[in-house]
Amino acid sequence: MIEERFDAIVVGAGMAGNAAALTMAKRGMKVLQLERGEYPGSKNVQGAILYADMMEKLVPEFREEAPLERHLIEQRFWMMDDRSHVGMHYRSEDFNEERPNRYTIIRAQFDKWFSSKVREAGATVLCETTVTELVRDERERIVGVRTDRRDGEIHADVVVLAEGVNGLLGTRAGLRARPRPDNVALAVKEMHFLPRETIEARFNLKGDEGVVIEAAGTISRGMTGMGFIYANKECISLGIGCLVADFQRTGQTPYGLLDQFKRHPSVAPLIAGSEVKEYSAHLIPEGGYKSIPQLYGEGWVVVGDAAQLNNAIHREGSNLAMTSGRIAAEAIDLVKSRGEPMSATNLAIYKKMLDDSFVIKDLKKYKDLPPLMHTHSQNFFLTYPQLISKAMQNFVRVDGTPKAEKEKATLKSFAKARSWTGLFGDAYRFARAWR
Amino acid sequence: MNVEPPVRVEDKLYYNRYLVDIGHPHVKVRAHTTPSPQLLALLKACPARCYELNDDGQVEITVDGCIECGTCRVIAEPTGDIEWSHPRGGYGVLFKFG
Repeated sequence: MIEERFDAIVVGAGMAGNAAALTMAKRGMKVLQLERGEYPGSKNVQGAILYADMMEKLVPEFREEAPLERHLIEQRFWMMDDRSHVGMHYRSEDFNEERPNRYTIIRAQFDKWFSSKVREAGATVLCETTVTELVRDERERIVGVRTDRRDGEIHADVVVLAEGVNGLLGTRAGLRARPRPDNVALAVKEMHFLPRETIEARFNLKGDEGVVIEAAGTISRGMTGMGFIYANKECISLGIGCLVADFQRTGQTPYGLLDQFKRHPSVAPLIAGSEVKEYSAHLIPEGGYKSIPQLYGEGWVVVGDAAQLNNAIHREGSNLAMTSGRIAAEAIDLVKSRGEPMSATNLAIYKKMLDDSFVIKDLKKYKDLPPLMHTHSQNFFLTYPQLISKAMQNFVRVDGTPKAEKEKATLKSFAKARSWTGLFGDAYRFARAWR
Repeated sequence: MNVEPPVRVEDKLYYNRYLVDIGHPHVKVRAHTTPSPQLLALLKACPARCYELNDDGQVEITVDGCIECGTCRVIAEPTGDIEWSHPRGGYGVLFKFG
């Protein structure tokens, strides 16, 4: 057993864990952070987009120091059928600002840097260490962790569980349920390398400008899912994800979907001639507000993906992770500064502070959308994209058919596919859930 | 659109770096005679195709190419079909990009 005692142990060195460890260390707390990877970032997978506002709150000077890829000046949404896409693009010169709002990043590289800031702040970061169990005292309070190192047991006043979406500790200790197949998506991703100039030409970019494409439609074959294409400096992150329950139900393979997405006529030219250097997979919390577990207890708090804090509608996760980590750390510091014990009653302040932040407010706003998307996936991800694509083609193709007849045909195709009550029902349900 | 070349997952995994913990697989399949629907689902759902059917019709796992996503845990741990742990510290997949 390690005799040394810590104010806090943070399990995991992802966005949430680093934010928590950094915040506590900066405030003078004695922090131990444990990470199972060879180095911080070696087990972390994300698209990835970094949100500057939340990062600034942790490391104000990150723009000068962190390994950033491109700042985003354009967002594209694609609704795809097998041969086409209908797009909505937003590009603005306003995003070429002094302090850009969003960046693409490569997580393994970024997290390594982020972790160096945690060390600089005074925390002890121990890698290649898998935490196997939480340690309880005779009153069932969490008082530390057991690791797979020989001198395995370490004690602290509080344990911050930043163990990610697939965290085992909280589940094994009965603090929260294992994620259900209908509450998590499986995403697979490849890193496609190309010369910088090629990427800039293909995506219409100059310098460090960046673009992201989010795509939905028949690429998920009727399952609830999305594809994504993010431009980095010298590579493209390309991936697709669908609900695990849908994979289970349909027998579709994740690599089959990825391959089909890559061969789509709208996508293939973007990655033509690229060299793939990595294939990864990761779960994404998709359950939203209703799937958030108990966030604190006797001697513990849970943050980030482990707490299902992910906004599936806006595709935001790392900012919720960072913010929940920071807020948990501030709450812990508050309890400590009052000289009070890390009891559930005192740590309840974490939930209160999180409820007052955008994290819970945003998740609450969309609380009914995940169930709607999950139960009506055939309509939203297959039928509508096909109908809209057909309607667009009908609109732009000039073939001598009078416009009135074209419009009539389009309306008829919608009514035939979903019926008027179906259409109004979908619109009503969607509007209600969005509200 | 229906003519799809088979995807070779082995080739994809070849890009990745691993430190295999020989003799200590972090995921184990419970011994069975007939696989459950959950176990059979893993043959398709595992993105690294770690699960395969042996000649006797049972589901077997080879964890060497596992990318540690947890999909199989979510599907087949509740039924007790598999046991899932993280690899020991430092072992398993090592992402260069992530």
